[in-house]
Amino acid sequence: MAMAIRSFLIFLFILSLTVPTFSLHEDQVGLMDWHQKYIGKVKHAVFQTQKTGRKRVLVSTEENVIASLDLRHGEIFWRHVLGANDAIDGIDTAMTKYAITLSSGGSILRAWNLPDGQMVWECFLQGPSDSKSLLFVPTSSKVDKDNTILVFGKGSLHAVSSIHGEIVWKIDFPSESFEVQEVIQHHDGNTIYVVGFVGSSQFDVYQINAKNGELLKHNSATIDGGFSGEVSLVSTAKLVVLNAARSTLLTISFQRGEISFQKTYISDLVEDFSGMAVILPSKLTGLFAVKTSTATAFISVSSEGKLEVVDKIMHATFISNALSISEDQQAFALVWHSDNEIHLNVKQVHDWNSDLLKERIKLDQQRGLVHKGKVVWSREDGLASIIGVTTSELPVEKEGVSVAKVELNLFEWLKGHMLKVKGSLMLASAEDVAAIQGMRLKSSEKSKMIRDHNGFRKLLIVLTKSGKLFALHTGDGQIVWSLLLNSLRQTEACKNPTGINVFQWQVPHHHAMDENPSVLVVGRCGTGTDALGIFSYIDTYTGKELKYFGLDHSVAQVIPLPLTDSTEQRLHLLIDANGQAHLYPRAPEAVSIFQRELSNIYWYSVEADKGLIKGHGLKSNCAGEAADNYCFGTRELWSIVFPSESEKIISTVTRKSNEVVHTQAKVIADQDVMYKYISKNLLFVATVSPKASGDIGSATPGESQLVVYVVDTVSGRILHRMTHHGSQGPVHAVFSENWIVYHYFNLRAHRYEMTVIEIYDQSRADNKDVLKLVLGKHNLSSPISSYSRPEVTTKSQSYYFTHSIKAIAVTSTAKGITSRHLLIGTIGDQVLAMDKRFFDPRRSVNPTQSEKEEGILPLTDSLPIIPQSYVTHSLKVEGLRGIVTVPAKLESNTLVFTYGVDLFFTRLAPSRTYDSLTEDFSYALLLITIVALVVAIFVTWVLSEKKDLSDKWR
Amino acid sequence: MKKPALFRVFALFLVISSLHAFQSDELDEEFGLEGGNLQPQEQILDPVVPTRSTPTRGKYSDSDSDSKIQITLEQAFGDSDFFPAATFSARLKTWSHGAQTLTKLRFSRNSFTEVEKQKFQKLLEEDEFYRIRLPSNVLNPTGKDFVISSVRARCLPRDGLDEHFVIHTEGVNILAVNYGSPGACPYPRQLRFPAKWSFNSHTVLKNSEQAPRTPTFAEDVPGELGEGETVPPPERSFWAKYWMYLIPLGLIVMNAMTQAMNLPEEQATGQSGAQPAAAIQRGPSPAVRRR
Repeated sequence: MAMAIRSFLIFLFILSLTVPTFSLHEDQVGLMDWHQKYIGKVKHAVFQTQKTGRKRVLVSTEENVIASLDLRHGEIFWRHVLGANDAIDGIDTAMTKYAITLSSGGSILRAWNLPDGQMVWECFLQGPSDSKSLLFVPTSSKVDKDNTILVFGKGSLHAVSSIHGEIVWKIDFPSESFEVQEVIQHHDGNTIYVVGFVGSSQFDVYQINAKNGELLKHNSATIDGGFSGEVSLVSTAKLVVLNAARSTLLTISFQRGEISFQKTYISDLVEDFSGMAVILPSKLTGLFAVKTSTATAFISVSSEGKLEVVDKIMHATFISNALSISEDQQAFALVWHSDNEIHLNVKQVHDWNSDLLKERIKLDQQRGLVHKGKVVWSREDGLASIIGVTTSELPVEKEGVSVAKVELNLFEWLKGHMLKVKGSLMLASAEDVAAIQGMRLKSSEKSKMIRDHNGFRKLLIVLTKSGKLFALHTGDGQIVWSLLLNSLRQTEACKNPTGINVFQWQVPHHHAMDENPSVLVVGRCGTGTDALGIFSYIDTYTGKELKYFGLDHSVAQVIPLPLTDSTEQRLHLLIDANGQAHLYPRAPEAVSIFQRELSNIYWYSVEADKGLIKGHGLKSNCAGEAADNYCFGTRELWSIVFPSESEKIISTVTRKSNEVVHTQAKVIADQDVMYKYISKNLLFVATVSPKASGDIGSATPGESQLVVYVVDTVSGRILHRMTHHGSQGPVHAVFSENWIVYHYFNLRAHRYEMTVIEIYDQSRADNKDVLKLVLGKHNLSSPISSYSRPEVTTKSQSYYFTHSIKAIAVTSTAKGITSRHLLIGTIGDQVLAMDKRFFDPRRSVNPTQSEKEEGILPLTDSLPIIPQSYVTHSLKVEGLRGIVTVPAKLESNTLVFTYGVDLFFTRLAPSRTYDSLTEDFSYALLLITIVALVVAIFVTWVLSEKKDLSDKWR
Repeated sequence: MKKPALFRVFALFLVISSLHAFQSDELDEEFGLEGGNLQPQEQILDPVVPTRSTPTRGKYSDSDSDSKIQITLEQAFGDSDFFPAATFSARLKTWSHGAQTLTKLRFSRNSFTEVEKQKFQKLLEEDEFYRIRLPSNVLNPTGKDFVISSVRARCLPRDGLDEHFVIHTEGVNILAVNYGSPGACPYPRQLRFPAKWSFNSHTVLKNSEQAPRTPTFAEDVPGELGEGETVPPPERSFWAKYWMYLIPLGLIVMNAMTQAMNLPEEQATGQSGAQPAAAIQRGPSPAVRRR
């Protein structure tokens, strides 16, 4: 009896131990990970106006996404991410059941099924030259009638059948430089007018038979004084353009192909006009808008061609296309922003004074829909274009957990654990399983706003292209706060502000209770590196911009230094385009700290277009006008010049500055020790021959080669140099500890390859003698200097890899003890985790017994892709661009944040959770087991006593 | 710590210089790479006794396709301008497939003039940079593209001024020059003046090395070795093989022995303290009590 109980309990205990994870189980999806879908900043939108079916809007975005959104709730019905170089030029709907997209500079036309987003057909258009592209879908009263879609792209006009996507006819215009501006359908539906310009002074009208593409008529006229780009079509036979000087409006009417002009001076219409005017793009009948330096004027055009100003708005304005609201009425919207508000005004096209809606919206980078004056929905689509990521700790819990709260939930807690016990004993019914799953997903634990012991809860601070900063909670991905940075807003002084990156500015450890951490956002006023910089600090708890200012110098490089001042603000060095270094924060204390380390600070710059890598050191204060205490001159210490005819830099990678390496030595199989060459100042450079810098296949194996370098960035020494013949980029590389793994294409083998380089220090290799170590005759404690001649040896090995990849990263943990996994963002927008052991250069065909014990895998020519090791399991991170890993406080765990158009976050344990129990570990089961064991001990004791007694009485 | 290293380098250097036309990858590449076919890619050059004379010409003009060129090494003290300090003379070898490479580099260094000596002393005192440069394009120097390298002046002085050049070439182009002391130069650097104001120069010419080929296997990997070549597993000692059986055996024997020892004792004391002993020693020896 006792034996039976005991064995049962032992069985139970073993069962409870086997629960910890090997890989992700189906019911664990969503426990540690979250996934968010976005589409990006919208370029075009098409509203479906038919009355039946669900209301939806079709959009195309700057991230090359085409999506269909629910007009009521803003959810995505379906979406497709086209490739990075497949920019969408136009979208429209055809036959009320297809969505038509024109992309890749007018060369690819695709039709998608509207309800479910399936691609129906695809058509490649070819033409003589690159040109502006234009999509025109003629309206038709009959739903199922086969309409032709007119596309102007690559210099010719194509008519494509909307049912099958076949090219019905094609016209190459006689003049090569003919730029189509508008395609207009005649009322009868059989003739179309194509109007456009040749050069900057000739206006052409072609009359074409819509059925067969026959050229019916061609008229052209020359405009004296030329004209400038923009065109506004005000009726089916009337265009408005500006002359070249942008001071005169030209109304061109081309009734039945006859061209006539009418000139109107803007100064006649708008008083105090001076300078240049711009026609705002719009498609409204009888109305157009002209933007002058002071205001935007709305001008109506009568059928006789008379112009009349109807209104003026003193701000920059955007105009929507017209949308029919009833049988014969059309409405359009005006949007402008002043101060911190967006003004939205919806008007009827024919009646300027009828405001359908007048609205003010607080400025925010959300895309939303206003319905009867209130925001129906909004989407944070700025998150589709992340340019920088950093993390921040959450606040420390100030008071202990309130006991009452726990007691209140004691019954719930017990019930939950009983359910879990049931689950682990496989006694749970279907409802119980559902309840357990629901409990896990809901667990409020993971989305708390306080720091946890394991360091799983953090804030991800992400900077987006639009200049909006978001704080995402790692627990469930909720947006804790978002802030449209004042510093990255367009002003008079700063016309085109862009963010560069976000850095950790202040991370309080000593004052963690009463000081908030802050991040630094660096930006520049314009796209070139010589544009002036912008500097801004943001409190990461409150999401308030603490301080911001424009810099008086440009920003070419931002170097966070490993130095902090007394308030734990990190010192940052900003290098401007003239090679001068500026120290931040601007405080005397920072300068005094910095001066001490001045002679030991080096930095490098890569000029990829010139094939130059330069190393720089710092001098004392810089000379010139900008001289102040915080400005330092720099000098060139070394340079590497790649000959332009044979090498072109395509990739440079360094180690992460905050990476932790646990051990410097590596004990190999035969009790030997190898010392890792660990230097923070190493740079990996990959160059290809200039011919091979294009796409794969553009060069033959003979003329392409890939050369990789490992350079010390302090002394400029080339530590390792290796040539891969017949290989070419793109190269994706990751550098960690003493190894580099990179991915490239091998033209001879027609396959992708990954190569690992490991660097070992030979100068310490003689420290194996125990006697020497005992006697202290070793050089392990001697300081390492970059000026010493390094004695390094490298080991490398190449493997074939099936996928082409988009990004590569490596897991990082708090102490660097846990083995590392490589995180590979595959072409399928998934993240694959691969053990570093697969990339060991010491793998051999037949590893010896001792090597096997060490964990060396037998050599294979290609790297295995194990489907279970996809971190993203069944999800896709569309448009994957980057993978960021952040160590958790718990050594075995690492946090992985993947971003692209979508966001994905998960927690990984590369060597499994060896230092903690898993979250779903059943404490109740353990408790029950112990209690049962104790009971069993007593029972068996009593039984045994009785037996003894009866034995003695015998 | 520095001395032995220095001696080792010097000894090695002596050995190397005693060998004529030494071509090896031993000095920097002690380990061959698995699967890689390493070609000798480095040349350790004969050191030239520093003199102010230019090296003799015509010595190498044995082939028509080869021509000789001179490369000027320029130096700068701290942030000063560069001025010529030494010359490398090299032979330009034209291969049958048209490629050109630099070989047989010879180096001749001008020793410091008095002014330069003073400047260098100043550098030593300030722990400043001594910089050198070479034209990146050897054949037709444009005067614009230079490869620069620099070292803290305090790293150079030993007995004389020891310097070590590693010149990385790609065809006829000099990609980079790495300049420094041949040994260690740990921080903090001590101020030390050289005993002799003459240079001990070592030069290494390096080309790119070939990457190891990706191994390609047929279907069955173990078959590669062939039938007769299967490696027999190393013979292990008797202990290594059977320790897992021996240890429990030993424990059992020991247990039996202690029990055998305890048995007489228990019988002796058994009469007086039978009850507590039975209570305690329940588990291991039920057989004893049953008797």
